[in-house]
Amino acid sequence: MVYASLIATMAFGIIFNVPKRVLFTGGIVGMFGWLLFIWLSKSYNYDAVFATLAAAFVVASISQILARYLKMPATIFSIAGIIPLVPGGLAYDAMKHFVTDDYALAMEYAIKTLFISGSIAFGLIFSGIISQTLKRKVQ
Amino acid sequence: MKKDLYQIMELCLLAGKIMLASGGETYRVEDTMGRIARAYSASDSHSYATPTGIFLTIKGEHSSDELTKFIRITERSINLNKVVLVNDLSRKISSGQMTIDEAYLKLKEVEDAKPLYSNMLQVLAAALASGFFTLMFEGIWMDFLPSFLAGGVGFTVFIITHKMAKIKFFAEILSSTLIGLLAYFLVNVGLGSSLDKIIIGSVMPLVPGVLITNAVRDLMAGDLVSGLARGAEGLFTSLGLGVGIAVVIALFG
Repeated sequence: MVYASLIATMAFGIIFNVPKRVLFTGGIVGMFGWLLFIWLSKSYNYDAVFATLAAAFVVASISQILARYLKMPATIFSIAGIIPLVPGGLAYDAMKHFVTDDYALAMEYAIKTLFISGSIAFGLIFSGIISQTLKRKVQ
Repeated sequence: MKKDLYQIMELCLLAGKIMLASGGETYRVEDTMGRIARAYSASDSHSYATPTGIFLTIKGEHSSDELTKFIRITERSINLNKVVLVNDLSRKISSGQMTIDEAYLKLKEVEDAKPLYSNMLQVLAAALASGFFTLMFEGIWMDFLPSFLAGGVGFTVFIITHKMAKIKFFAEILSSTLIGLLAYFLVNVGLGSSLDKIIIGSVMPLVPGVLITNAVRDLMAGDLVSGLARGAEGLFTSLGLGVGIAVVIALFG
């Protein structure tokens, strides 16, 4: 199912009106991020929050590099890259438990969803900070 | 000269408006407007961008020339291609390759440009994304088709409803309820096995991922108003999704 994430990311690229010439590249970044996430959580048993943080960080860093080579805003690649990382499943589970009055479990899922979303953001930001710092040092 | 300054201001605002209405981050919008102003020797410019409006003040070469204008941003969507195009134009402008008039014409072209992909293609893409997302969440192949269908239908309904009602929240509730119902129906008819995974996948194209990402980006960059505004919009949109699905779950468990 490696290719599932590739196609899913590219499909999202179409919805977001990503320029054609980087559609495939975006898909690769998304696939890479997803594989990294799966690898970290399954093989090393890392917590989903940390795995997401790491994956988002790597995705963002790759996006910065791609942005420089392809002369496009890094945002495009990082948005594509994090699509597979968005915790849709957890959010759904949280919602489901809220509706069945299982508030304890619901809150657990909801908070985890929040944390994972936050780690996506932090991964992106950390990468941004490092790239800014490196840019300044080179200047 | 005031006339030139006015043109520069209109140019900057147009660039900012296109970017903001297409999903660009706040700092990128303000940065781009500043660059364009500087490229045409409008030395001192201040821009303030929020998801719903842009303020711009620019000073000309003589300190007595100063103009301020405000424009409202009424519609926002995600069109990353336009962000790229404006970014490209901004680079060209900064390297002195364009006159003000040329740049304005080009920007107008970008603004009027249609989306890269037809609505039909987008629906197909949404359906594919839904199906493959279900697979990614460890659904089995049998779940691909119902997710594909529900996702495609949901996205279509969303586009249509959004065009008619203009309130995203409402469109999201409607689409997600429909997705839930359709998914439930398909599973019951025997076309799919795990309702949960089908719904999760089908709903994915409607999740405001870009919005929330940009919200956090804005907050971290210090654009508190934009960040909160975007975050609120993202939250409400997600809530709308959740409500629709919750209704279906509550009814059919």
